[in-house]
Amino acid sequence: MEIKVLGSGCAKCKATADLITRIAAETGTAVQIEKIEDMRQIVGYGVMSTPAVLVGGKVVHKGSVPSREQVLSWLT
Amino acid sequence: MSTQGSTPTPRPDWLWHVGLVGFVAVWWLVYRQLIPASDWLTALVPVDRHSHAGEAIAFFFYDVPKVMLLLTLIVFGMGVVRSFFSPERTRALLAGKREGVGNVLAAGLGVLTPFCSCSAVPLFIGLVSAGVPLGVTFSFLIAAPMVNEVALALLFGLVGWQVAVTYFAFGLGVAIVAGWVIGRLRLEGWLQDWVRDIHAGATAPGAVEDAALSLVDRYRLGIAAVREIFGRVWMWIILGIGMGALIHGYVPEALMAAVMGAEAWWSVPAAVLMGIPMYTNAAGVIPIVEALLGKGAALGTVLAFMMAVIALSLPEMIILKQVLTQRLIAVFIGVVGTGILAVGYLFNFLF
Repeated sequence: MEIKVLGSGCAKCKATADLITRIAAETGTAVQIEKIEDMRQIVGYGVMSTPAVLVGGKVVHKGSVPSREQVLSWLT
Repeated sequence: MSTQGSTPTPRPDWLWHVGLVGFVAVWWLVYRQLIPASDWLTALVPVDRHSHAGEAIAFFFYDVPKVMLLLTLIVFGMGVVRSFFSPERTRALLAGKREGVGNVLAAGLGVLTPFCSCSAVPLFIGLVSAGVPLGVTFSFLIAAPMVNEVALALLFGLVGWQVAVTYFAFGLGVAIVAGWVIGRLRLEGWLQDWVRDIHAGATAPGAVEDAALSLVDRYRLGIAAVREIFGRVWMWIILGIGMGALIHGYVPEALMAAVMGAEAWWSVPAAVLMGIPMYTNAAGVIPIVEALLGKGAALGTVLAFMMAVIALSLPEMIILKQVLTQRLIAVFIGVVGTGILAVGYLFNFLF
């Protein structure tokens, strides 16, 4: 599974990526997490508030660190 | 900071509503007890209450809990209100608005839309690429950080509601007028090249629909906002109030009145110039402002200083440099700075 975390290096973006990594390890899901920090690319996804999360090329979350339940729902 | 925990087990809605009412009631009771409580605490410290140190300590013990209490309630309320807004909705409201009306609307939405300065760039591009005029976008970007709930809560608690309302009105005023002026100047060519390209081929990206939220979800967002803001600003508040306490206890009044009083015409521009490179936020600067006012500094000068610190911060310029050319940033600082100067002089003249 391919997950992208969009955000230009703010603290919340890092927290989001870490959270997904941790939960994926707990549930044993194989994920590839890519952090996208380049503003042009972020804007290209039509995202207006960071951090945002893309699962399989679709924006599933934006504007805050996602909750545990949200992350779990993406991983299954 | 709140009476409700966040255990994952779902609770009935009515429990949340009752919990909220209970929390506000407890809050009110605690708030009423602040002066006796702070006097009692100060009395425990072995210094004379009327000495410099005693004054400073009493100031600190009274203001820290007061500000924390006010922040909790106001930030929670704003968090709930903001859950009704989103950057996407704001964009939809602003797209196709003419200048003038658009500037007023943008400044208002700047206050209500959830905003974090780390999202300033994608938000800026999102607005510009949806065909929102540059000047209207600036009105939003100026109002969003300047008129925020932390500033209003602190002003209300420390300096009084009159100053809080004044700050609110004139903060919006500066955002509206400065945005309008920047729009009139037609500076679209001064955006960074890649932004200009996006602007030229403006297509609004597909909408991400907002999930419908229940009232309890909105409470949760309010609580999350309180947590987040406290995590970010508690240090600043304590530092700021500590500084304020020192000024309150030790700085002689005659000195302050001479430097920052209404008589000294140069004090307003000096305050603005000093405010720009200062890296702090509303939470850190307002306790200092209160102490300065108490020492006879003029309201306009202090207001100008505060607006400059909050609206024209160096870190924000660095973030904006990704989308704006240096020339455009210079115009931005010039126009907003002039607006702040005008507010400063106006107040020194009026009061």
